[in-house]
Amino acid sequence: MSTLLQTPLHDCHVAAGAKLVDFAGWDMPVQYEGVISEAKAVRERAGMFDVSHMGRTWFRGPECISLLERVTTNDVSKLNDGDSQYSLLCYDNGTCVDDLIVYRIRSDVFRLVINASNREKDLDWIRSHNEEGVDIHDETFDTAMIAVQGPQAVAIVNSLSETGLSSVPKFSTAEASVAGVPCFLARTGYTGEDGFELIAPAAGASRIWNALLGSGVTPCGLAARDVLRVEAGLPLYGHELSDAINPIEAGLGWVCSKTKEYIGSGPINEMRTNGAPRKLMGIRMESKLVPRDGYRVFVGEREAGHIASGVYSPTLECGIAFAFLKSDLAVADSPCFVEVREKLQPATVVSKRFLKKD
Amino acid sequence: MNVPADLKYTKTHEWVKFDGDVATIGITDYAQSELGDIVYVDLPEPGRVLNQGDSFGTVESVKTVSDVYAPVSGEVAEVNGELEASSELMNTDPYGRGWLVKIRFEGTPSELMDAEAYKESLKG
Repeated sequence: MSTLLQTPLHDCHVAAGAKLVDFAGWDMPVQYEGVISEAKAVRERAGMFDVSHMGRTWFRGPECISLLERVTTNDVSKLNDGDSQYSLLCYDNGTCVDDLIVYRIRSDVFRLVINASNREKDLDWIRSHNEEGVDIHDETFDTAMIAVQGPQAVAIVNSLSETGLSSVPKFSTAEASVAGVPCFLARTGYTGEDGFELIAPAAGASRIWNALLGSGVTPCGLAARDVLRVEAGLPLYGHELSDAINPIEAGLGWVCSKTKEYIGSGPINEMRTNGAPRKLMGIRMESKLVPRDGYRVFVGEREAGHIASGVYSPTLECGIAFAFLKSDLAVADSPCFVEVREKLQPATVVSKRFLKKD
Repeated sequence: MNVPADLKYTKTHEWVKFDGDVATIGITDYAQSELGDIVYVDLPEPGRVLNQGDSFGTVESVKTVSDVYAPVSGEVAEVNGELEASSELMNTDPYGRGWLVKIRFEGTPSELMDAEAYKESLKG
């Protein structure tokens, strides 16, 4: 019997009556009031998520860029101070160790945010390739991370700060006090909405959380976060990415540099050139049935593939999913069927971006 | 947790209301709370004959899929057509507009709990 880890906001979740579950070894809120109302709050106003379970790390040293260029797939050289970048860590065979966000603070200081379930694996992997002797420090347990997302999120966070935060460009970062607590803020997220992700000292986390709560931000659990990221067409490690999936199959070729050499670049570029045997597509059900992980997808008489992640979409009011489909059957706007409890249910193959919203 | 005193309950969290030879059946407040937001329900056609303990439908929530079981034996007399478009009624009004089926029952159903016994079972 192992003890679950708790984030600095654990008491806030318990006080709010959240349902808590074991997520990657952390006791995390899966829902507060209800998944649908939480997802709608983010789409219509503003919601917040405790994502302190995610791994936060510092990289320091003159050779940071050299190390990160080799272990991550995206072009670190394109980043300026204060920029963030979505990227991948890959194995030599081109499959994925994890996906992550790289923040450039300065040319010799970076921050990486990685998945909770992969934190130790990722750090072991990067350290095993750290020929440059970059100082790698895991700050996960010293800090908290809160994602504030939704059309009103930026205005609300701005109202809690003396610094003008509304002008921070998308995917850019800032340092500012929020509710009197010094924070690192990035105008990024995992919901398809505008907003900030805040990293703050663990001791100040509940002060920020409660100030956001007082400003009308809806606390949201991991279940709503999953719904929102599927609606927004964003992958999750363990579903759309894994050590058995090449990023080209997952439609993440745009995250993989065409100009540099990195760990996994050979097999990734080979698949880019020769084509992927299967492709990640969206599936839109004609009903509210939820196409769940592992369900089979048929196009005509042929088995086309299987569901990787599926949810009920409160925004579209139907079941939606990602599915890996054989490339010749992965055609957007074509009819398909999903096998749900031994019955074939009608659906449509669509683009992964269910909400075409910019 | 709301457990009305005038209903009977099953171990699998259905409630039953007896009225003459008709039993109205739904899922309990506890069940809907555990399932979370319900988005889809699959119910039998009227006329189907069920034995006590048979699965007669499925309830799908954002989180999971659950079977519902007949607390009595008999013939399905009526199903709640309102749930097809508004399955959330099972969340918002589990003992009222969120009812599932009415069964014209036969015999004496066994092993049903009264409200006190059901409340006690939830503490387990």
